[in-house]
Amino acid sequence: MSHDATHEQPATDAATANESGQRPVPFRGGGFVHRSLGPVAPLVFLAILAVWELGSRSGFISPIALPAPSEAFGALVDLFQTGMLWKHLGASLYRLVVGWTLGSLLGIAVGLFIGLFSLARAGLLPLVSALFPVPKIALLPLFIIWFGIGEGSKVATILFGTFFPTVIATYGGVDNVDRNLIRMGQSFGMSWLSIVRKIILPGAMPAILSGFRISASIAIVLLVAAEMIGAEFGVGAYILMAGALFALDQLIAGVALLSLIGLIIAWLIGKLEKRLLSWRT
Amino acid sequence: MQLLLQNITHHYGGTTVLDDISLTVDDGEIVCIVGPSGCGKSTLLRIAGGLEKPDQGQALLAGPEPDGSLNPLTYIFQDFALLPWRSVEGNVSLVLEDHGIAAAERRAIIADVLARTNLSDFAKALPRQLSGGMKQRVAIARALAVKPAIMLMDEPLSALDSQTRELLMDDLVTLWTRERFSACYVTHNLNEAVRLGRRIIVLSRRPGRIRDVVEIDMPLAERADRLAELETLQRRVWEIMREEAREADREISDVA
Ligand SMILES: Nc1ncnc2c1ncn2[C@@H]1O[C@H](COP(=O)(O)OP(=O)(O)OP(=O)(O)O)[C@@H](O)[C@H]1O
Ligand SMILES: [Mg+2]
Repeated sequence: MSHDATHEQPATDAATANESGQRPVPFRGGGFVHRSLGPVAPLVFLAILAVWELGSRSGFISPIALPAPSEAFGALVDLFQTGMLWKHLGASLYRLVVGWTLGSLLGIAVGLFIGLFSLARAGLLPLVSALFPVPKIALLPLFIIWFGIGEGSKVATILFGTFFPTVIATYGGVDNVDRNLIRMGQSFGMSWLSIVRKIILPGAMPAILSGFRISASIAIVLLVAAEMIGAEFGVGAYILMAGALFALDQLIAGVALLSLIGLIIAWLIGKLEKRLLSWRT
Repeated sequence: MQLLLQNITHHYGGTTVLDDISLTVDDGEIVCIVGPSGCGKSTLLRIAGGLEKPDQGQALLAGPEPDGSLNPLTYIFQDFALLPWRSVEGNVSLVLEDHGIAAAERRAIIADVLARTNLSDFAKALPRQLSGGMKQRVAIARALAVKPAIMLMDEPLSALDSQTRELLMDDLVTLWTRERFSACYVTHNLNEAVRLGRRIIVLSRRPGRIRDVVEIDMPLAERADRLAELETLQRRVWEIMREEAREADREISDVA
């Protein structure tokens, strides 16, 4: 969809050439431009579902290997009718929202510090680089000891998971702010705080928002891990339970729920970008 | 208010960029600084504006600040330096917000400077919607809003096409005739220099030293009609610069 070059048939060029040998200059532009093709995404989605369903019905896909989408849908309807859907979703969304918000806020704050102060950069950046690659799942037992087996450890897992990418996105964004704009602010005698608030923060906003996209996905990934131990409700817990019982229809239903959450979050961030970054071309 | 630069010497790494430069910008005077590329003009202007500390020498201000001046030394940048996320009036407002001015008065100042630069119709536009000439007008409006005593202009018209440059030069002359601002005006363009400068300071190639000073007594407002005389002056400045420029062109810059 993006880098599609436009192919012109040479035949048409030859056909339009008239007797005096005049012919149009071959068109070589086009491509590398995004067009918005509204219904493509849902169509792709529906096509995959249809092929999958057909495969299952015809016996080509064994029900032991992969349940039909209709069965997974049945499991979802089941969840809905027993009222468990909201319990699971509520518990998961709470953990996601609290963990992601705290992680993002802390991440932006620390990222700003690293971006603005040499001392913070020298002291914290190696720490961030050292801790970012540590799988937060491996630390879950530690989190349980520190924050308790209840909500604390689950929120903490998501918080730590979203914190590091946000730090890196934020300080990268601060580094990328046009130095000339900062110099302009200084030359007009703007206070340090004003320069940070009115020049650096908005200038770093595009990077921070694309950091949000990544950290939100990481938060969903970690949700399942966080709900591995001691969670009664939650989409992750539901999936793990279904997995343990080999109830594949429920497993697929749970995964679909996670995807749906991911889609909605991406859409919300898209809205936010439109609002905050409308000044960009 | 007067700006005095005394014996400014400056190095970057091992390279001497400016060597013992002294000059004065008098009240209501436009001083143009020309010189070959890389001779340290921008550096000199940054030092004059207090954005950089010289290794030796000092930049001084003399005389009282004019009444109500919020930022006596005010810059105009070659690349306009407008915040892309703020509208035209937002960009002007930016430099007033730190001064504790009441909102109503601030709006009045903004409306006034936008009117003076013929931008009133574009108050709500974003920078990306404006042409280069318009952007530089916004930057000039922003500078006027803080009632500068001395404007420091670093190639303010270099990013513009020659027609727009002519228009903005006329605007600057009109503005100067009305307000008698002082300015230190750095440029590559000798035509701009002879059109706007009371004095033209010609710098040598790096390390920048004052090579010569050309004084032009012709009133600014008359210059557009006496281009023939300016032409001779411009050629004189070019004669002074030619050798320097040629040598500078052949130099290999070892500074990034
Ligand atoms: N921050 C800096 N660090 C190191 N070297 C610098 C720095 N700024 C400028 N220089 C060097 O100092 C010299 C003078 O630079 P400056 O920008 O003042 O020249 P200029 O006369 O304004 O040039 P131009 O006509 O191209 O604008 C150049 O060789 C440049 O590479
Ligand atoms: Mg320069």
